[in-house]
Amino acid sequence: MSQILFAAGALAAIGLVLAVILTLADRFMGIKTNEKEAKIRECLPGANCGMCGFSGCDGYAHALAETPGVKPNLCRPGGQIATEKIASILGVRAEYVEPMVAFVHCGGDCGKNGKKESYAGLSTCAGAKMLYGGEGACVYGCIGYGDCRSACNYQAICIENGIAHIDARKCVGCGACAEVCPSHVISVIPKLAVPAVACSNHEKGAVTRKKCSGGCIGCMKCQKNCPVGAITVVNNCAQIDYEKCTRCRGCVELCPVGCIEVLNTDLK
Amino acid sequence: MLKTLLSILLASVIVNNYVLSKFLGICPFLGVSKKIDQATGMGLAVIFVMLLATAATWPLQTYLLAPNGLEYLQTIVFILVIAALVQFVEIALKKYAPALHRSLGVYLPLITTNCAVLGVTLNNISDGYGFIESMVSSLGCGLGFLLAMVLFAGVRSRVEKAIPPVAFRGIPITLISASIVSLSFYGFAGVVDNLFGGAL
Repeated sequence: MSQILFAAGALAAIGLVLAVILTLADRFMGIKTNEKEAKIRECLPGANCGMCGFSGCDGYAHALAETPGVKPNLCRPGGQIATEKIASILGVRAEYVEPMVAFVHCGGDCGKNGKKESYAGLSTCAGAKMLYGGEGACVYGCIGYGDCRSACNYQAICIENGIAHIDARKCVGCGACAEVCPSHVISVIPKLAVPAVACSNHEKGAVTRKKCSGGCIGCMKCQKNCPVGAITVVNNCAQIDYEKCTRCRGCVELCPVGCIEVLNTDLK
Repeated sequence: MLKTLLSILLASVIVNNYVLSKFLGICPFLGVSKKIDQATGMGLAVIFVMLLATAATWPLQTYLLAPNGLEYLQTIVFILVIAALVQFVEIALKKYAPALHRSLGVYLPLITTNCAVLGVTLNNISDGYGFIESMVSSLGCGLGFLLAMVLFAGVRSRVEKAIPPVAFRGIPITLISASIVSLSFYGFAGVVDNLFGGAL
């Protein structure tokens, strides 16, 4: 019996000594983390996408708490909600955050884009891209092995009919998919009711047309008719400047190949 | 002396690899081996903690527990001491070496009571090593852990790219590849003994 007591006592003594050491260490060497920083960090979504320009969410929270003048509206995944919360913690005015969404600039699904080879290697876009730009006749388009789907933290991407589709309800606009896409067909654009060019092909119209029936042929019709001059055809492919675009959607009706789509008219 | 130390080091890195032949520390081995940079961070943190733990527990055993006939408290005391020590080091690192804390910090709390760390300290005692021998053996075990983690992270990145049958996807194929890596380490059995003419 006495041995049990002795063992228990010895352990308790060791435990006590260690506890005292740890408490003292925390008292004298502990670093007080900024309360604001922890609170701000909770408002951020934790995607660590780097769209704010800081090294991950921790970095942004640190900068917000410590450096005056860092704007609270830089977090795109967090959007308006996160911005308002952060602004209320910091005691500054929240500014409007335009909601963004990723968009696949390619409409060449299995029905439209022809095939030029049969690929049986690693089933990743990066792998397929290396072998003559993938299976599709068009080497500029979506390859459809879903590298973007694996990169997405929000399960917002699915591959349908050979090309990637982005669910705008789930997408937060972090741009993780745009970074991994070896064809660079994904870009992050404003979310609500904007026209978007679903093609990235830079070949001449006739060449594009032979490969894919949905491709931009660079006919300049949209560029000539845009009332605000927001569309320019660069290297045979239309590009929209969203700073200028008034969302009038005139170009959508005009496009002879139908490669300008309107996004998310049903979302608010 | 040097020969003995070298043979202890090599034996603990390769032949008695804690993960691949003693099956200790499997949890971080499977958990953090998805990416090579994370595996390296974890491996370095384990080396660090193993050395610290041995430096603290060997004197404790030799000068406190053994003279007082308290060897039977070894395991529980070691757990207590290692856990407290790691917490203490974490606080100190945060204060004095924030850069080091940022790179190792995430992993430190994960390995406070890791079985590989505890195993090293206990095995050092039961193998009857002196202080320097114990430290060398811990260094070797840590290096072995790092080696296993990094090797396996490489294997795993290849496995992720492959398309195994549906039933094998995820954990099963990971365990199978771990066992193959472990088998390959059996090729080293006896190598070190023969190298040093049975110095161990």
